[in-house]
Amino acid sequence: MTQPTPPRPSPTRPSKVYFFGTCLVDLFFPDAGMAGMDLLKAQGLTVVFPQGQSCCGQPAYNSGYRADALKVARAQLDLFPGDLPIVVPSGSCAGMMKKHWPHLFHGEPDEAKAVQVSSRVWELTQFLVQVLDVKLEDKGEPVRVTWHASCHAQREMGVVEEPKALLRQLANVELVELKREKECCGFGGTFAVRHPEISAAMVGDKVDDIEQTGAKRVVSGDCGCLLNINGALEGGHKPVQGQHIAQFLKERLHG
Amino acid sequence: MAEHHGTEAPVNFAAASKAALLDPQLRGNFRRAMDGLMTKRAVQFADAKEWHDMRALAASVRLRALSKLPELLEKLEANCTRNGIQVHWASTTDEANAIVLDIMKRVDAKLAVKGKSMVTEEMHLNAFLEEHGIEALEADLGEYIVQLDGTMPSHIIMPAIHLNTKQIAHLFKRKIKEAESIEDAAYLTGLARRILRQKFMNADVGMSGVNAAVAETGTLCLIENEGNGRMCTTVPPVHIAFMGLEKVVETLEDVPPVISLLPRSATGQPITTYVNMITSPRKEGELDGPREIHLVILDNGRSSVYADAELRDTLRCIRCGACMNHCPVYTKVGGHAYEAPYPGPIGKILVPQMEGLAKRGEMPHACTMCNACVEICPVKIPIVEIMGRLRVEAVRPGDAVKDSGAQASKTEAMVWKGWAAMNASPMAYKIATMAMSKLGNAAPTGLPLLKEWTSVRTKPRFASRTLHDLAREKGIPDV
Repeated sequence: MTQPTPPRPSPTRPSKVYFFGTCLVDLFFPDAGMAGMDLLKAQGLTVVFPQGQSCCGQPAYNSGYRADALKVARAQLDLFPGDLPIVVPSGSCAGMMKKHWPHLFHGEPDEAKAVQVSSRVWELTQFLVQVLDVKLEDKGEPVRVTWHASCHAQREMGVVEEPKALLRQLANVELVELKREKECCGFGGTFAVRHPEISAAMVGDKVDDIEQTGAKRVVSGDCGCLLNINGALEGGHKPVQGQHIAQFLKERLHG
Repeated sequence: MAEHHGTEAPVNFAAASKAALLDPQLRGNFRRAMDGLMTKRAVQFADAKEWHDMRALAASVRLRALSKLPELLEKLEANCTRNGIQVHWASTTDEANAIVLDIMKRVDAKLAVKGKSMVTEEMHLNAFLEEHGIEALEADLGEYIVQLDGTMPSHIIMPAIHLNTKQIAHLFKRKIKEAESIEDAAYLTGLARRILRQKFMNADVGMSGVNAAVAETGTLCLIENEGNGRMCTTVPPVHIAFMGLEKVVETLEDVPPVISLLPRSATGQPITTYVNMITSPRKEGELDGPREIHLVILDNGRSSVYADAELRDTLRCIRCGACMNHCPVYTKVGGHAYEAPYPGPIGKILVPQMEGLAKRGEMPHACTMCNACVEICPVKIPIVEIMGRLRVEAVRPGDAVKDSGAQASKTEAMVWKGWAAMNASPMAYKIATMAMSKLGNAAPTGLPLLKEWTSVRTKPRFASRTLHDLAREKGIPDV
C-alpha cells in the first residue's frame, strides 16, 4: 500500500541532461549505462557524462560510516554545475541522492548546494515517462518478460508504474507480473554478505516467483538487484536471465 | 533488568536464523501465514485516501502524546490514583518484577492468569514468578500454546504463528492429559477454553497489558479477540496491568484512531472482538470486578530513547506487528531467530536501544533497508532511518545509545576510509576501476565476502571496460 501519488510534476523538456552512471553500472553493467544514454539521445537530448563521477556514497552511508559517505557524495557535487536534470539508471542510487543526501549534508557548509543537486535527480524510467513522455516502437521478436521492482525505486523514488508502462508500450513483449513484485530480492548491499543465508533464502523465493511467470527475461532498473538475481539464476542453472531495462528497451528499439 | 555492560556477549542472530532457514516446515508456516496477513491488511486499506488520512491522524495522536510525555504521565498517574488504580513506577525490569512479587505476596497469590502483555515478556515475568513458587498461566490462546511448548512468542500479536494446527494438536496430546488426537482448530480451541475457564475462576491475580492509557480520564484500554483479557481483568480479585511508559495518550478521543488502525494493520480486522476500557476497581455496592487494580509503568531504557530527538520516534509504536508481517527477513526466519521479546523491524530498532549495542549490535544489520515496514507502519515510524542511525551508533563511541561504539573496528574503519579515498578522487577511482576491470575476475571465490556471495550465486563479472571508458570512446561530452 503506497501513499497517494503526489501530483505529477510537469517539468519542461530540457535539451540537455547529466547522466550519473553509478559505480555498479560502471563496473558490472556498462552496456546498461550506454543504453540509458542512447535512449535519452534518441529523444534528441544532449547527454553529458561527467568523467569525474564515482559513487553516490550509499554503501558507507548504510554501513554506519557517514563521514566517509559524505566525503564521496561531496566529491560528486561540482560535476553537475548546470541547472539540468541528473538522470540515474538506478532507483537505489537515485534514492540515495534524492532522499538521503539532504539528510547527509544537513548542517554542512555545502548543504544548500547538495540540496539543489539532489532536487534535480531523476530515476531513468521516471524521466523517460514523466518528462519525455517517450513513445516506443518495438522491433523485436515476441517474448515474455517479467519485471523486478527495486525496493528503493518503489519506496524512495515512488517509481512503480513507469517502467511497467514502458514495457507495455512494446507490442511484442508480454509482461507477466511477479506474484510478490513488492518483495525485496535479498540484496541489501552489505546485507548479502553479512547475512548470506537469509539473503540466499530471499533470492531463492524471488527466483521461484520469476520461474513461475514462465518469462525468458527478468527486467529490472537496479544493478544491485540484478547482480543478486542473475548470480542466483546462474548459480541455480536457470534458463532465465536478468537484464537492465535500459538495455532491454534499446534492444527492442533496434530489433 | 539486570545491569548490562559493554562486555555483554553479542546475541548471534546469524546462527539462530540459519537454524530457522533449515526448517522447511517453519519456513512454510511463516510464508503462508504472512502472505495471508498481508492480503487481509491490504483489503482493509483498499482506499488509499482513507489509509492516508487514518494514518496521519494516528501518527499525530502518537506524536502529540510523545511531545508532552512527562506531563501526560503525571496526569495519568493523578487520574488513575483518583479512580482507585494504584500506580507503580519501575525503571528496570528487575524493579517491575519486585513490585509484582510484593503484590502477590501481600495477597498470598498462588496462581495468576495473564492476558497478552509484551512488557511482561521484557520482564521474563513468568520465569521470575515460577522461581518464587507462583504459577503464571498465559490465557491468550497463542501465548498458552507457546507456554505449553516451553518456547517464546514468535510474533507480538500472534505468538504461536510458527506452528500449524497439526503441530498444536501433537503438542496438546503430549502436554494435556485429556487431549485427544484431533487435528482440528475448533476442537483444540474448545479444549484450551475449558481448561482456562477453570483457571480464571481459581486465579488470585489477573494480569494484562495496556494498548493505550488515557491521561485525562485515567482509563486503561485493552483490545483483544478471545475474551481472555476481559476475564483476566474482571474475574480475579486483583488485576495488575503493565505498560511501557510510551503507551499514554492525551484524551479519550485519541483512542479510536489507535485502536481502529491497530487490528486493521495487524490481522486485517476492522475492530477487535473485545474493547475493554478499565477505569476503576470494584466500587462500593458493585457486584463484580477486581477489588484492586495496579498499573505498573515500565521504563526499561525508554527514557533514554526519548531523550534523542531522532530515536524518539521508536516510541510511537502501537505494537500492531504489521512490520513483521511485511518484513522479507522476518517472513524467512520467523520470530524465534531474533531471541528477543520484540522480533522483526520494530524489534531491530527497539531491542538494541533497550539492551544495548554490545549485545544487540547485529540486529540493525539484519535488514536490507527495503522499507516495506515503513510503507505500512500505521503511525509512520521511520524504521529504516532509525536502523541507519543505530548502525552509526554501533561503530561510533559515545553515549547516545547504550553501548554506542561496541562494534567499532579499526579494520572496518580503515576499509571504509580506503573506499572513501578511492571514490572521492577521480584519479584514484580511475586507477582502481581499471584494476578491477582487468584483474577483478581473477579473484578466487574463497576470498572473504566473495565466499559468502558465491554460496548460492555465481561470481559477479567485472566488465572489461567501464562505463567511463565506453563514454569516452563514444565521445560523450564530459561537461
